[in-house]
Amino acid sequence: MELQNTHLDSVYTLYQDMLKRGFSLIYEGEVNHQITKTFTSMADENMGKASEDDSVRKKVYHVMVECLQNICKHADDAGQSDTAFSGNGIFIVGNDDVSYHIISGNAVDAAQKEKLTQSLDFVNSLDKDKLKELYFKKLKEGSISEKGGAGLGFIDMVKKTGHKLEYHFDTLPDGNYFFILKSTISRNK
Amino acid sequence: MDAIKIKGTEDTPTVIFDASANIFELNGKSMPENVAAFYSPILAWIDEYGKKPNAETVVSFKLEYFNTASSKMIMDIMSKFEDISNNGAKVKMKWHYLEVDEDMLEAGEGYSEIVDVPFEMISY
Repeated sequence: MELQNTHLDSVYTLYQDMLKRGFSLIYEGEVNHQITKTFTSMADENMGKASEDDSVRKKVYHVMVECLQNICKHADDAGQSDTAFSGNGIFIVGNDDVSYHIISGNAVDAAQKEKLTQSLDFVNSLDKDKLKELYFKKLKEGSISEKGGAGLGFIDMVKKTGHKLEYHFDTLPDGNYFFILKSTISRNK
Repeated sequence: MDAIKIKGTEDTPTVIFDASANIFELNGKSMPENVAAFYSPILAWIDEYGKKPNAETVVSFKLEYFNTASSKMIMDIMSKFEDISNNGAKVKMKWHYLEVDEDMLEAGEGYSEIVDVPFEMISY
């Protein structure tokens, strides 16, 4: 009974905390295609009800799909034997008066950390015209990877939102890393 | 040759590639779980069509949304039609975009810059 009360108390604390932070969706667990479809249509519906600007809706939708598909496609790259890695991650959508925030987190190994850091720093260093140029250059010359991605996700997220991608790595006890990525979409006010 | 007719779903587009009716359309949403699996038969169809294309082919895109992996597949579709054009048949692209969707217009303009066939941008 004691334990149950603790759970019930923490639900309200969590609820208040979510409201305070403006988080409308927090999900922890396996990210797959079904989850991707469900979350994106749910968020789109909510923005519709809130009479959000169409172009903002489209951008949020777009960033959500790319983030979720990144987790689906890459979360199992590192240490497949470890259950904590098999397609799992955390996914958060939040908003305040001025913007929407899409945050994702998943475990990666040292090699992926290196690769992600390089590509994020590179993409963040480019201005709008350079991003556009790179996007279409990769479209023309690139190919679909074994994982089914085009290597265009980060470029497109920065190009569409006009905001740099914020990221952070936490070191995990097993020597791997927890990769956190945040994308911001301004609301047209 | 047999036409391709795929009914759209919440994550895959409606596709009509029909040589005898001279209709080539890709409409709706595209974020399939496996882009290669969805688009491979379509690309193979265009290869086959390219062997004996119609005198004039108008390919119409009216996409509400597509993810980055699909954008690569759209590029591949356009490249194949560009090849058909280079081999002497007339090819034209119609790119439809929702009037408020600047990103969709920009995508169409980007394609038109790298694919060497005439493009018509149509807002709706």
